[in-house]
Amino acid sequence: MYEELMDILQELHPEVDYETTDNLIDGKIFDSFDIVTIISEVNARLDITISAEYITPANFNSSKALLALLEKLDED
Amino acid sequence: MQNHVLDYMWETVKRVPDKIAFSNGTDSLTFREVEEHTRKIGSFLHKKNIYKEPVIIFMNKHPKMITAFFGTIMGGNYYVPIDAEMPEVRIKLILENVKPRLMICDEASVSAASKFSFDGEVILYDDLLNTEIDEDALTNIHDLAIDTDPIYIVFTSGSTGIPKGVVACHRSVIDYIEQLTDVLRIDEDTVFGNQTPLYVDACLKELYPTLKFGATTYLIPKELFMFPVKLVSFLNEHKINTVCWVVSALVMISAFGAFKTAVPKFLRLVAFGSEAFPIKQFKIWREVLPDARFINLYGPTEGTGMCCHYEVDRTFEEGDVIPIGRPFKNTEILLLSEKGERVKEGEVGEICIRGTSLTLGYYNNPEKTAECFVQNPLNHFYPELIYKTGDLGRLNKRGELEFVSRKDYQIKHMGHRIELGEIEANVNLMDEVKMSGCIYDDARGRIVLYYVGDITEKDMALSLKEKLPRYMVPNSINRLEKMLLTDNGKLDRNGLKKLYREGK
Repeated sequence: MYEELMDILQELHPEVDYETTDNLIDGKIFDSFDIVTIISEVNARLDITISAEYITPANFNSSKALLALLEKLDED
Repeated sequence: MQNHVLDYMWETVKRVPDKIAFSNGTDSLTFREVEEHTRKIGSFLHKKNIYKEPVIIFMNKHPKMITAFFGTIMGGNYYVPIDAEMPEVRIKLILENVKPRLMICDEASVSAASKFSFDGEVILYDDLLNTEIDEDALTNIHDLAIDTDPIYIVFTSGSTGIPKGVVACHRSVIDYIEQLTDVLRIDEDTVFGNQTPLYVDACLKELYPTLKFGATTYLIPKELFMFPVKLVSFLNEHKINTVCWVVSALVMISAFGAFKTAVPKFLRLVAFGSEAFPIKQFKIWREVLPDARFINLYGPTEGTGMCCHYEVDRTFEEGDVIPIGRPFKNTEILLLSEKGERVKEGEVGEICIRGTSLTLGYYNNPEKTAECFVQNPLNHFYPELIYKTGDLGRLNKRGELEFVSRKDYQIKHMGHRIELGEIEANVNLMDEVKMSGCIYDDARGRIVLYYVGDITEKDMALSLKEKLPRYMVPNSINRLEKMLLTDNGKLDRNGLKKLYREGK
């Protein structure tokens, strides 16, 4: 799951170091295109649906937060 | 007869001076303040001797950006909005085309502006407000205005890699606002939630009707379009009852299941356009808002915004197409064949627009203008221009217009109009690149780039981000050893599409 997520994120912003960046939303790195792409790619490649209640700034601010969300949703 | 767009303002200010005209949820301007700012900016431009000239408005989306537009018109000039998020290369091309003497900035954009090679004057919006109003000069400028004088230039994608500036005048905007507000039934109780950027013509739908009726427009912060539940809360908090959004913004809410958590309580009108509404998503909206009116709008920037409308009056099933309906009053749609004749009933033809709603053409670009704004081929007797949209359409059995496809390689992606040729032109400009080809995956809404050259996919992505607006950067970038060509040696887009379907 980690590799898939990183692939998706790298394709969006090859210039970003996702290991250290924790202000993807607050720092205006992600825009609505990115969010939509991440949600649809996660759905297509990992078969995980991120529903609206989880689409929040906190869950998308870092790759760590996003991975934690995906792991949680995958368990449910 | 009204011949000036700002004549929408004066009566309204008298009637509801302290009502909020424009707000972003945090900062607001009342109608009285809108008028005051407008007059001050107009007076400033007069003092600077700037008259009948383009004025660049380089600001972040804010109520003051709107009054910068109005002030520019008040001084007898036309506004050219550019956005802080446009890449520098694109802004440079726009400045070269327009050759402005003055740029109005805000605190946040002024440092970015200093990086442009711009030899005109840069001025801060808030400084303009220190100007004393010169009533005599403003009255004089207003009296001399003619309704065919330009009021704005907005830039749209150009297939050669150079954006085209569409110039519109008082007359076409007044015609548009009259017909549009009639169809949408706008009134003083209307509370708009604006989604589209202020540097495209789409925002006319909110800006001028707000002045005309004394309505209120909320500029919805762009970040909210990432977070559907927060977005719906914003709509409810400000009692927004009318939205004119691109389909992708509406779909973002429905497709992510936001309605399970939050429902827009006040929405009574949902106008949508720029793309086909996927029926599955449309049904979700209708179910959630059974009493709201849903109106499909269609029209190119060159026709001053929208020119056709269809109010959804029946059920659509998956696979059906929601028609674009009928032209607004005072506009005619001609469906023409390649030979310039009317097509037979039910046949596909190019959608061509006839009427006052035509804009003046492309700024400082007679060649491009002559290609698309042409003599009506059905009229051999006197000069009469029509605009050839490049869109193909047909009439269905009910006599409603349906969009079929494009004649060329223009696409609609996330509500933005994009020429694939413009992306390719930017790629081909790189020294390392030998050839490139772009295709669009309609089903998934992805721009896909293929290229041949000595540059990695990652470096290509980084380089394109500097050259193109964010929405034009391909979603998938692929390097090939050899480009696919047709037998004539032309780029084989169908071949690329096949390659893409086969998974690379």
